[in-house]
Amino acid sequence: MDKRKNSKNKLTLLVLLASCALLYLADSYLSSFQIRILNLAAIYAILALSMNLVLGFTGMFSLGHSGFMCVGAYTAAILTMSPASKELIYYMEPIIPALANIEWPIFPAIIAAGLLSALFGVLVGIPALRLRDDYLAIATLGFAEIIRIVVTNTVSITNGSLGLKNIPSINNIWVYWGCAILTLIVIKRVINSSWGYAFRAIRDNEIAAEAMGISLFKHKLISFTIGAFFAGVAGALMGFLITSVDPTMFRFLFTFQILLIVVLGGMGSLTGTVISSLVITIMMEVLRVVEQPLNILGLAIPGLSGMRMVIFSILLLLVILYYRQGLMGTREFNWDWVLDRFKVGKSGERGETA
Amino acid sequence: MSELTLRTEKISMEFGGLRAVSDLSLEIEPGSIVGLIGPNGAGKTTVFNMITGVYAPTSGQIYFEGGDITGMKSDRITALGIARTFQNIRLFDSMTVLENVMISRHVRMPATLLEAIGGLPRYRRARERNYQECMELLGKVQLDDVWDEPGTSLPYGKQRRLEIARALATEPRLLLLDEPAAGMNPAESLELMNFVARIRDEFKLTVLMIEHHMEVVMGICEKIYVLDYGVTLAKGNPAEIQNDPAVIEAYLGAVEIDAANQ
Repeated sequence: MDKRKNSKNKLTLLVLLASCALLYLADSYLSSFQIRILNLAAIYAILALSMNLVLGFTGMFSLGHSGFMCVGAYTAAILTMSPASKELIYYMEPIIPALANIEWPIFPAIIAAGLLSALFGVLVGIPALRLRDDYLAIATLGFAEIIRIVVTNTVSITNGSLGLKNIPSINNIWVYWGCAILTLIVIKRVINSSWGYAFRAIRDNEIAAEAMGISLFKHKLISFTIGAFFAGVAGALMGFLITSVDPTMFRFLFTFQILLIVVLGGMGSLTGTVISSLVITIMMEVLRVVEQPLNILGLAIPGLSGMRMVIFSILLLLVILYYRQGLMGTREFNWDWVLDRFKVGKSGERGETA
Repeated sequence: MSELTLRTEKISMEFGGLRAVSDLSLEIEPGSIVGLIGPNGAGKTTVFNMITGVYAPTSGQIYFEGGDITGMKSDRITALGIARTFQNIRLFDSMTVLENVMISRHVRMPATLLEAIGGLPRYRRARERNYQECMELLGKVQLDDVWDEPGTSLPYGKQRRLEIARALATEPRLLLLDEPAAGMNPAESLELMNFVARIRDEFKLTVLMIEHHMEVVMGICEKIYVLDYGVTLAKGNPAEIQNDPAVIEAYLGAVEIDAANQ
């Protein structure tokens, strides 16, 4: 058992190093456009991981992700923009003095964005988590829209519907993928902990979970808040990637895009979520071709914007009809499986996934 | 006389116009095995749901070891020391046998979530101890050989036993069993009876069970309450119950006819 655990730890370290090497290679050989897409994939991965914690592991059908992302994006943007550009942008109504001269470094701003989103998560969660299933979905959807409308109307803080521009730009693959890997590690540790099992117990059978002494409300709120925290982090990163934010970015359709990634990757699988975030984000770019005017065998097809989403919808339909558990189901990439293949060590003792 | 483990004072439960349980007064002595019987729809499971906090009684009070637990939330009541099993087995389907049991210890986890995320020593020690204790518990209920299998893949009788093990892992002093012998043949119910008596002694429990198998109830319970349409029809020891005319008419009579027909 110890031998096996040892080799698993080594392998995990090896994979971490390998991913660093891959990131290094990507950083040095890919064009800045391609790196941007990879960074976007990292943001989607953070969003989808946090949604999977709430939806796949705790079984709460929450659709409030875009709202929390919105909070995070605005927090980080306002905290990091230079006083000069704030003065320039807020021409409808000047920014409130308390925020006018703040210019934080990036990382504290990302943490602050996460924490403020988590606070919103608690505030939304306390009333909404008394509901379940579709009712919870509708309530959280409503809250996300409320957040967006509030952001649109608090002009002296958020600059309203004009949005924010000149957010410090970061196009560094290490920042985005570093955050994504950190998110993966933290969420993995959460779901493998006693709390993670409590979340799954709630998902499997609420009544039994409560009878085993698990406080439903407390655990749902914890899961929901962690989800909101990482959604806020992702929102902050989104702001740094595209250097501008405005309320229309965070419409609820965005949440569905994340939901698509979670469902395709497998609800209840972190590995599946990361893979599907990468695949979907890259496909989104590659499939831009179908929105251009095409000429197939002499048949001229005019460019239709939105064709990409048709393809994704068909994909989603196929998955739901024929492969409901998604790419990975609830399985995870697991060293035991690999080691069994190569007959290293003996299996059968307490297996823990890598 | 020592304090009663459980005492209910005229508890009633109404669903709209339906009075599922009316004015039930239970008195359960520490260390006893008490049966709750009655025809289908008599309100037995509703009684369990009131004791464990799934429903708050419409009227009346429930006392556990002298403290008022009326209307408390399920998880609080479990933490105080009441555990239950379910009539229709409710195991966690995504988990193994061991994980099903380990969940019950989550409330007793001394470390915080942040310690768990950081993998700090206090959490790791608690987790290791939890693992050891749960394996030991599985050994006591003879499920240690299947610890790694999905809970719901076990044969029916073992699933029942796993549900009891899971309840035991919350360290209860009062165990509520909802039809533990349902769907079992006579040999299996006999085995279950011995099992319940054994865990009662080993874990120093008080047991309240709902059961339809008369052999089980009469063989093991020291005191029996009979419910019919929510009303307490009779209470007493097995001999008294068997000779109570009202009970014979409402319930046991039917069983005797069944037995005669077989």
